[in-house]
Amino acid sequence: MKKTITSKIYLDYAATTPVDSRVLKAMLPYFSEKFGNTMSWHSFGQEAKEALEESREAVANLLGAKPQEIIFTGSATESNNLALKGIALANRDRGRHIIISPIEHACVMESSKWLESQGFEITRLKVDKYGLVSSDDIRKAIKKETILVSIMHANNEIGTIEPIEEIGKICKEKGVYFHTDAAQSFGKILIDVNKMNIDLLTTSSHKMYGPKGAAALFIRKGTKIEPLIHGGGHESGLRSSTVNVAAIVGFAEAARICEREMKKEAQREIKLRDKLINGVLKKIEGSHLNGEPKKRLPNNINFSFPGIEGESLIMQLDFLGIAASTGSACSSEKLEPSHVLLAIGLKPEQAHGSLRLSLGRWTKEKDIDYVLEVLPKVVKRLREISPFKR
Amino acid sequence: MPIYSKEIIKHFKNPQNVGIIKNPSGAGEAGNIYCGDIMTLYLKIGENKKGEKIIEDVKFETLGCVVAIANTSLLTTMVKGKKLEDVLKIKKDDLIKRLGQPLPPFKIHCSVLAVDALKEAIYDYYLKNKLEISEDLEKEHRRITKTKEELEKRYKGFQAFEKEILK
Repeated sequence: MKKTITSKIYLDYAATTPVDSRVLKAMLPYFSEKFGNTMSWHSFGQEAKEALEESREAVANLLGAKPQEIIFTGSATESNNLALKGIALANRDRGRHIIISPIEHACVMESSKWLESQGFEITRLKVDKYGLVSSDDIRKAIKKETILVSIMHANNEIGTIEPIEEIGKICKEKGVYFHTDAAQSFGKILIDVNKMNIDLLTTSSHKMYGPKGAAALFIRKGTKIEPLIHGGGHESGLRSSTVNVAAIVGFAEAARICEREMKKEAQREIKLRDKLINGVLKKIEGSHLNGEPKKRLPNNINFSFPGIEGESLIMQLDFLGIAASTGSACSSEKLEPSHVLLAIGLKPEQAHGSLRLSLGRWTKEKDIDYVLEVLPKVVKRLREISPFKR
Repeated sequence: MPIYSKEIIKHFKNPQNVGIIKNPSGAGEAGNIYCGDIMTLYLKIGENKKGEKIIEDVKFETLGCVVAIANTSLLTTMVKGKKLEDVLKIKKDDLIKRLGQPLPPFKIHCSVLAVDALKEAIYDYYLKNKLEISEDLEKEHRRITKTKEELEKRYKGFQAFEKEILK
């Protein structure tokens, strides 16, 4: 193994991304120079307001939405909370039934659990071994009392892309609101909220080379929704709070860059992704790819390696300059393996030896080659000290 | 502050006494019901000049996390050459203390694994040689066995899976 590491290799872009230097440059004037409050009538305020509205347009463009359908929030977690609780509260007279998948992000899972405690009924659908939701199951699960279906666009752990266009069509037919959490897919693959019949969609800035602290919720015009945060009436009264203009300007710049570069970047990442997947499956005995092989985010890779433990694996990789993540129970404060890996049918022991590698804008082919050189040795070493090798 | 102390990282990077002892005087297995880590520990037992039983050699294997690996490595370095009766007094807190920095609360349970496997290996040695087993050790043995049985139920599926994808 290489003893000296010249530079670290970041393969955890699904956790968060660095801010693109072009984004940072666009943000900088909005801290000390153009610092105004968007609610102020003077020129400082109007300057900030203008930046906010231009940003709204940029984010809307990447979704095929109208600018007035974009509500800025502080995080994807907040957007998801607003979507689920806001729709539930505004439409409870119509019905109290909500449908989700079992592989949603914790913020959707936990919001649903809370709504359950408030008297709402939650249906958690099954997924297949790749993590795919069946649109037939959705059709069957919708009943008279159903007000909302919330299925994520692409999964954050295993990268599987859900059939949201089909789901959107069913929801439209049945007259049920359809929300999708696109925190991982926005800026990486094409989204058209009209073609896909989406009523609400969550996006995040820090997963697409923008800053943390900015996110958005697309809310189709005419949707009945209640705010969670009351106050000065910002964001059409749906999210009161002084607007974080600098972060939103950065988010918008990140969206513009993705709009220009997304297609080419996706092709580049898919090539690297598949090289790494095929190389590992060939080189490491017993390795298994989690998630759909093709209907998959361009940047996501998730393996299981029987006989080893994931936290030990990512620590060893970290020593060798590779940053990755795992769904092992040992790395979770709840001491439970990833709910996503369990939902696709993995035993806790298989989730134990899981590894997620997520690529991004600065991942080079030589990084992939380095991982292919190092990872088999690390897995071998951990298997050597494991009683499961026999 | 990093998650783990230098001492943990030192043992994790370069674990001591990894492997197996053929025809051991005693062997012990322990599992962690919370997260599913497992551990096997082997002992070679001899006598000192006074005729007291001591640990001559010790080796271990684990499917475990950073703390499990580091702790067991540390424990093996602590017990070599020591009398069995003294070794049985080692508690997980003694290990944690030596590791220098408080563990994240949810990782403390990982320290139990090494101590349990060691107890089981000594129990195995006593049993094989028809030596007297204290009530305390008997009680510990019953607790560890119960945990292991639950884990085995879970791992049965795992071994089937492994066979299937390794074929």
